[in-house]
Amino acid sequence: MSFEDYHGIWVFIEVKDGEVVPVSLELLGAGKELADKRGTELAGVLIGENVTQLADSLFEYGADTVYVYDYAIFKDYRTESYMKALLECCQKYKPEVILYGATSTGKDLASAVATDLPTGLTADSTILDIEEDTGLLLASRPAFGGNIMATILCKKYRPQMATVRPKVMKALTPEPGRTGKLVEETASLKEEDIRTKVLEIVRHTTQKVKIDEADIIVAGGKGLGSPNGFQLVHQLAETLGGAVGGSRDVVEAGWIEHHHQVGQTGVTVTPKIYFAIGISGAIQHIVGMQNSGLIIAINNDPEAPIFQSSHYGIVGDAFEIVPLLIEQFKQAFNREAVDHV
Amino acid sequence: MLHIVACIKQVPDTKIIKMNPKTNTMDRASAPAILNPYDAHAVEEAVRLKKRYGGTVSVLTMGPPPAVKAIKKCIEIGADEGYMISDRAFAGADTLATSYALTKAIEKISKIKPVDLIICGKMTIDGDTGQVGPGIARRLDMPPLTSVNMVKEINMEEGYAVVHRKLEDGYEVIQSTMPCLMSVEKEINEVPYSSMTNMLKAARYQPIIWAVADLEDVERTQLGLKGSPTIVSKVWAPTKPSGGEMLEGDAAKQTEQLLNILLEKKELFAAVKGGDGS
Ligand SMILES: Cc1cc2nc3c(=O)[nH]c(=O)nc-3n(C[C@H](O)[C@H](O)[C@@H](O)COP(=O)(O)OP(=O)(O)OC[C@H]3O[C@@H](n4cnc5c(N)ncnc54)[C@H](O)[C@@H]3O)c2cc1C
Ligand SMILES: Cc1cc2nc3c(=O)[nH]c(=O)nc-3n(C[C@H](O)[C@H](O)[C@H](O)COP(=O)(O)OP(=O)(O)OC[C@H]3O[C@@H](n4cnc5c(N)ncnc54)[C@H](O)[C@@H]3O)c2cc1C
Repeated sequence: MSFEDYHGIWVFIEVKDGEVVPVSLELLGAGKELADKRGTELAGVLIGENVTQLADSLFEYGADTVYVYDYAIFKDYRTESYMKALLECCQKYKPEVILYGATSTGKDLASAVATDLPTGLTADSTILDIEEDTGLLLASRPAFGGNIMATILCKKYRPQMATVRPKVMKALTPEPGRTGKLVEETASLKEEDIRTKVLEIVRHTTQKVKIDEADIIVAGGKGLGSPNGFQLVHQLAETLGGAVGGSRDVVEAGWIEHHHQVGQTGVTVTPKIYFAIGISGAIQHIVGMQNSGLIIAINNDPEAPIFQSSHYGIVGDAFEIVPLLIEQFKQAFNREAVDHV
Repeated sequence: MLHIVACIKQVPDTKIIKMNPKTNTMDRASAPAILNPYDAHAVEEAVRLKKRYGGTVSVLTMGPPPAVKAIKKCIEIGADEGYMISDRAFAGADTLATSYALTKAIEKISKIKPVDLIICGKMTIDGDTGQVGPGIARRLDMPPLTSVNMVKEINMEEGYAVVHRKLEDGYEVIQSTMPCLMSVEKEINEVPYSSMTNMLKAARYQPIIWAVADLEDVERTQLGLKGSPTIVSKVWAPTKPSGGEMLEGDAAKQTEQLLNILLEKKELFAAVKGGDGS
């Protein structure tokens, strides 16, 4: 394997319901930095049906080139069809690095592609860097349930591949009108070659506020004592127009559904304000919310680790503090409203 | 009759594990070794499918000799046979080398009895990559079905399976030809307490243990550290933020301070009001 033949940073562009998923744009942002450092180009690989027009926005988000596989056979994500397209593309153009979102689709695809190439694959990265002269990708990731961070290298194989957690990288501010090279690829696949069929896709629509998109999150933990006590969290969230989050322990206790869980095995969130109420601050929780703009912790134990990770801390009983907060916010909002008429 | 192979791994209990603050490494001795929790669900699902369709459940692990304990746990859950591959040559394997070694073992198991279905856990709690399952599937040229949270149907005569695959915001229903490989989510089932009969059986049970020399057509260069493209170059404890300001005074005073802080930051206040901060 001659490393000189391998050039460019690639991002697998994931499409859902006709739209590019946010993590792919975040990865274009991260990929741009790597590409600039290496003095090489940034490319997106776009696979799907009726997806070609999405390339325009990918250029605006930093891609220099977009390789497109736009065929009916790619209507739904299936490991075998997507894998074959990406493998062909890889063998044809030989990228140095490929990044995938650590989503159910991205992880599935990357694992299959890595085995067939074969090459190394770093899972769930949260920090990326590249050595300017050698092109060695330094991908770091949490392991052992978030207890440690590890930097993983792939020295002897190309391309180097990593899946990257949503919400930890930053998308670039799109540059309207920025364009690039669109390369339409032909697919040599036949439906008979694919052994799986997607019979149906069911999306949960009950999820009112998506916590990974919320500006304010009020999260509660085991300290609220009971499902009843947890209502305080709902009330504060409602007052502030925010979303409700929870620790894993409250999810396991059944006080709230799993899609509200913040952390290592839940959702990574980056709201402007994050309230942690009655949450101890276990590392697995912290990794999911530490990039929030302003973190406020309320806990009756002054030694609770959560205070280490928060910008403002209140030591006190949630059942005393939270009702007061709700009351004061309501008053303040009313004042504002009056001032504005 | 279905022959299901469930792949399982013994892992340190990450809930209990302690870090050595001086060396920033894990104190493995501090953590008891347990059956990877996701793999308990994999075995339980295999046992349930056996009850539904008839058949045999074999479990397979790659690990050091003490991993026999994890196999016994699976016998308690209801597995019939346990296989372990154990050899210094496997040490240091990343997911590519792990899936290679496990594939060689599965090829040997399927000579004893053809394999219809392989079930893995979604991920382990130590390496937690979730990459081993799809790796095995590709090597055996089976369709990988990841994030499975329900097995709707298995049709042995016509050779297909229908599963629900979990997505970020819902699920998809997939039909796949058999044999195939599934990696399963926790919510697929609840692992009940073991029956006394299974516990007694497990206590006596001795798994079949193979070294590299017992496997066929093995490329030794693809095993262990040598066969692993990824290397862990550095390990460190995640930095603890230094902590912010603690608000003082009684409850009313503290909450008032907080309110003022939030109201002062115009940009944040805009977020609070969901408006533009004007
Ligand atoms: C800190 C750290 C970080 C690491 N990061 C990476 C990385 O980014 N990329 C990489 O390729 N490797 C990585 N590794 C190596 C890798 O974690 C393991 O060594 C590898 O053997 C298994 O991967 P896993 O534990 O992540 O399994 P997963 O892929 O998470 O396991 C999925 C399923 O595969 C089955 N399975 C896994 N291992 C076995 C086994 N030994 N026997 C039987 N069944 C099994 C189980 O059903 C399990 O539920 C890392 C190791 C460490 C210590
Ligand atoms: C592999 C792995 C993955 C994990 N993933 C996640 C994850 O994604 N997300 C997650 O959150 N956890 C996760 N965990 C679990 C995590 O380790 C902790 O167990 C969990 O976060 C603790 O939840 P908690 O803070 O709600 O409960 P506790 O730890 O029980 O903390 C309750 C807190 O409430 C305080 N309190 C009690 N009464 C009051 C009161 N009246 N007023 C104010 N404060 C009060 C207490 O002082 C305490 O600090 C994971 C663990 C493992 C091993």
